[in-house]
Amino acid sequence: MLMTDRERLAGEIKALAEKHGNCRTALIPIVQEIKQKYRKVDDFAMQVIADQLGIHPVEVYSVVSFYAFLGSAAHGKYIIRLCRTISCDMQGKERVMRQMENDLGIRFGETTADGKFSLEWANCMGMCDQGPAMLVNEKVYTHVTPEKVHEILEECRRSFGVHATEQKEVYLV
Amino acid sequence: MSPTPIQETGSRAPKSQQSLTIARSAGDEAIGGTVTASINGQEVKVPLGTTILAAAEKIGVRIPTLCHHPDLCVAGVCRVCVVEVEGQRTLQAACAFPITSPIKVLTHTRKVRQSRRHVIDLLLSEHYGECYACGRNNNCELQGLAKEYGVDFFRFGHPSKPKYEIDRSSYSVIRDNDKCVLCRRCVRTCIDLQEVGTIEVAGRSDKSYITTFKDKPLGDVVCINCGQCINRCPTGALRANDPTDEVWAAIDDPKKHVVIQTAPSPRAAIGECFGLEPGAPLTYELNTALRMCGFDRIFDTNFTADLTIIEEGTELILRLYKALVGKDANIALPQFTSCSPGWVKYLEHFYAEYIPNLSSAKSPQQMFGAVIKTYYAEKHGIDPKDIITVALMPCSAKKFECNRSEMDDSGYKDVDYGLTTRELAKMISEAGLELPKLPKSDFDAPFGTATGSGVIFGATGGVMEAALRTVIELVTGTKVESLFEKANIIPVRGFEGVKYVELPINEVGPVPDILKHLVPDWNWLKGATLKVAVAHGTANAKKVMEDIKAGGKFSECHFIEFMGCPGGCIGGGGQPIPTSPEIRSARAKAIYAEDAAYEVRKSHENPDVLTIYNEFLTDGPCGHKSHKLLHTHYVPRGKYIE
Amino acid sequence: MSPLPTFSTMAPEAGLKQAMSLSRPDIIETMKQSGLKGRGGAGFPTGMKWNFAAAAQAAEKFVICNADEGEPGTFKDRVILQEHADLVFEGMTIAGKAIGARSGIVFLRGEYTYLRPQLEAVLDKRRKQKLLGKDILGSDLEFDIRIFMGAGAYICGEETALIEALEGFRGEPRNRPPFPVNTGFLGRPSVVNNVETLASAACILQKGADWWKATGTANSTGIKIFSVSGDCEKPGVYEFPMGITVAQLLKEVGGVGAKAVQVGGASGLCIPASQFKRIIAFEDIPTGGSIIVFGQQRDMLDVLHNFLDFFVDESCGQCTPCRLGNRKLLEGVELLREGKCSMAYLQELCALGDTMQIASKCGLGQSSPSAFLSVVKNFREELMGRTYSHV
Repeated sequence: MLMTDRERLAGEIKALAEKHGNCRTALIPIVQEIKQKYRKVDDFAMQVIADQLGIHPVEVYSVVSFYAFLGSAAHGKYIIRLCRTISCDMQGKERVMRQMENDLGIRFGETTADGKFSLEWANCMGMCDQGPAMLVNEKVYTHVTPEKVHEILEECRRSFGVHATEQKEVYLV
Repeated sequence: MSPTPIQETGSRAPKSQQSLTIARSAGDEAIGGTVTASINGQEVKVPLGTTILAAAEKIGVRIPTLCHHPDLCVAGVCRVCVVEVEGQRTLQAACAFPITSPIKVLTHTRKVRQSRRHVIDLLLSEHYGECYACGRNNNCELQGLAKEYGVDFFRFGHPSKPKYEIDRSSYSVIRDNDKCVLCRRCVRTCIDLQEVGTIEVAGRSDKSYITTFKDKPLGDVVCINCGQCINRCPTGALRANDPTDEVWAAIDDPKKHVVIQTAPSPRAAIGECFGLEPGAPLTYELNTALRMCGFDRIFDTNFTADLTIIEEGTELILRLYKALVGKDANIALPQFTSCSPGWVKYLEHFYAEYIPNLSSAKSPQQMFGAVIKTYYAEKHGIDPKDIITVALMPCSAKKFECNRSEMDDSGYKDVDYGLTTRELAKMISEAGLELPKLPKSDFDAPFGTATGSGVIFGATGGVMEAALRTVIELVTGTKVESLFEKANIIPVRGFEGVKYVELPINEVGPVPDILKHLVPDWNWLKGATLKVAVAHGTANAKKVMEDIKAGGKFSECHFIEFMGCPGGCIGGGGQPIPTSPEIRSARAKAIYAEDAAYEVRKSHENPDVLTIYNEFLTDGPCGHKSHKLLHTHYVPRGKYIE
Repeated sequence: MSPLPTFSTMAPEAGLKQAMSLSRPDIIETMKQSGLKGRGGAGFPTGMKWNFAAAAQAAEKFVICNADEGEPGTFKDRVILQEHADLVFEGMTIAGKAIGARSGIVFLRGEYTYLRPQLEAVLDKRRKQKLLGKDILGSDLEFDIRIFMGAGAYICGEETALIEALEGFRGEPRNRPPFPVNTGFLGRPSVVNNVETLASAACILQKGADWWKATGTANSTGIKIFSVSGDCEKPGVYEFPMGITVAQLLKEVGGVGAKAVQVGGASGLCIPASQFKRIIAFEDIPTGGSIIVFGQQRDMLDVLHNFLDFFVDESCGQCTPCRLGNRKLLEGVELLREGKCSMAYLQELCALGDTMQIASKCGLGQSSPSAFLSVVKNFREELMGRTYSHV
């Protein structure tokens, strides 16, 4: 990363810390916003966050590694989180998973080489009556079938561009 | 439940690990503030908020523990100490349950025993390795529990291969996560007790593990090598980087002249490794043992402790002279002590802008290395390249210190190996010696004489006391005994986190010969008040540093002693395990007793020190030669790592 | 159209207006009289919780809405937040008045991020309507609510873990006591209530304790919202009175003929068909509202495997029984599947389950073996076929 990038990132973190109160309670919101914007929280960002909040970098890492949605590693533009918990499991999440892996050519836990898609498991996401359910970034898809997987991926591909990670309305199929 | 006002603990420990913040309202105190608990039918009266564990201890009921440690905040995570509390569906962790109303506790019912056994079985199912291939064999709390609870088979299996790589990147501390039981004592030590923040838990569930920032090697992250985590690890997951094989090899090599210096703190504690109660010093038995092990010369680190006092004291006087008389605004005050390598690295990381305040005098260990490979080598006609210097230290950070690249002013690596108390105890056992039963013998010349001042370096406040004994006499020309009974400067002693003392200088005397080349007279100090402070443990050091940054009272100080470890060197990361406030206090007592027994108790009266200035460091304290050999510089490291 | 008739028929803000006319002790008394118990599953009496927090003396107190709905098979809080957010916020405001808090926090699970804009809009609207902020409804009551997004951890449904997350720590449950009502968020007294509990509180203030008590059983008063999923014809959200039998419930949702019903989610109990006459209430089968129906074709070992997989992943990992116990149970299920588990080892695992229930630090570890223990107990035959002794 260039020095100027670092300075910009540090400035952003400082602003975020001020917005959220400049103390440890701000930790998770700051990481969420950085992660939302940069799709990762790198070593430098974690150290700036720690410095800003008066804690140690390892504490930031500890917290980040605890939460399923925070993890420090870089992820794709679209994180697809397929629910694996009982009701979705009984409604056929296994085949949806296989189709997704087939279509993207990666396994769950991986990111495509072009950095566009990451596949992750999710535990119960509260769509048990409409399973199998999955989240694509913040957007929820329900009653997903192996056939629909392709459509959903295409829809994501179509929306690549500046607004790609913008929030959409809840989409209940 | 009575109304309870908020109590700010100020503790940085993870909140989940500091639940004992239940505050007592004024009313509770007014009515006596005690509560009666029944433990196995036996009644005990304790202050409100006392844990079940502490209450049981009071009446001699033993409850096993693992994640509990007397120096650390409560965790309640291992669940070994669970007990039955009448009226509660679930068992309660005795270490974490505060008694706030009369309760009935049962400590070894069937449920309790079965739960404890299961917890131990579960931990063993993850604990890779065999006891006989572990440095903590016979001194391991998990092993102790397994024995106590009659574990004779692995109920839930036992790992057949390791899961983690051993991290050997640090000069001081080795981490072996396969032996970790996730009690998190190291985390609480590092974050809360020491406020260094090197290690934390990462991940969650059964995939959680203790790690450094971004799982980087320990040698690459911000770690001050204090080794306090080692002292509190119940198993062999944390240990010091052990050079005993190399030391034995040097001893076995007939071409090598192996010299060992022993610091006062290990001598006051090594008996613990041989079954003695804490506080039984074995200084002279140890000399015999070291000779029998094959060391060629045994010197007393106290000699260079005295030398440190002269150099550091002179440096302080010079700083004060330049600042007060020369009105030099660039002189950094207060001067900080530099003999604790844990503290030095802490400052280099967290307060690098205060490096000018650090005394440039090397620590006694490093001064000794430099003196042995120059003055001693010259005097005895030994080629310094054939000399191996070993330092027996209470400290794991000393291993890092002797490997600092700038520590080669003798032209060689000044100190070759740093041994901890534990490691030397192992060598002595390996030599088949029963240390406590050995005859006493003396240190070797020419560094055989030491003073009480050198001895007390081992306890927090000791360096300050030694420095004050010398500075007071050199400046005022009167005996320190006329100010403090028996030269015991009590105000700087004790385990209070931060101590602050003011000493008015009412009278001044003539400038002693040794300093005549530096200051013409003491008149500029007449009527001044010397302000000094003492802090031990880096969490306390942090408090002082923050105060200095904010321009508080500590910024007005002239001289501050900092020790990286709680209690000072007697609580060092190389000392026998376990540690506790009681153990450290017993060790400190031994050290002060040793000091009191010395005939000469002031560094500037040490005849060997005076000899070295006459024969070798002929341009005096802080002179050219002393600067080359006995002084050093520091590295601003900062908090950020790549 | 909301599937929740009771919540739908509430007059807007009538509960809050009633609360404004009552003293703080009177609000708490009403709550105590109603017998409402926490709807998250643990069932702690809400009135008592509020009372503790009200009695605690502190400069600052908090009302926290636990919207970290993560129990497998539960989604009723999502529907309540989508359909009746006003009622939830009304309940929080009432709680604020009752305990003397000026701040409310909604802890919304990360998976529900898509609900946030809508909830923020409702909060804005309420501020404009003087239902939040200073001088609420012209009184001197001050109360405002902010939303905190969870970051993906089931354990944060446990109230002290939730508070840890709010404070910027790992979501690891604290030792209790002290309880949050005394030493909660930032060390201040805090009431943590489930979404449904807060909505129910608003209803109770509007209609009175007697109205609430008229439904349900003696120890489990009022209505309960259920999330129904699994092998039934009409999965979804339902409102039933407390005390409904499992059989009645199955009839309503089109699940007659089921082999078993999991009541209370992964941490709940697995009820076999022979026990469908049992009632769902704190007296018998307690629940946070999750109902998962298993048809005849389901392999109970697969079900167990899924549940234990979940707990192995979601255990916070700090205490030994939960961190390692769930793994041992999961490995046991795998052994059972392969026919490699001896009867003796199965018994050992059940004993381990007992230990986890009493020795774990928090409710997760204490309840995670329930499904294992109840399946082993109730479906022994199904497991037995695959079990053979090594002896």
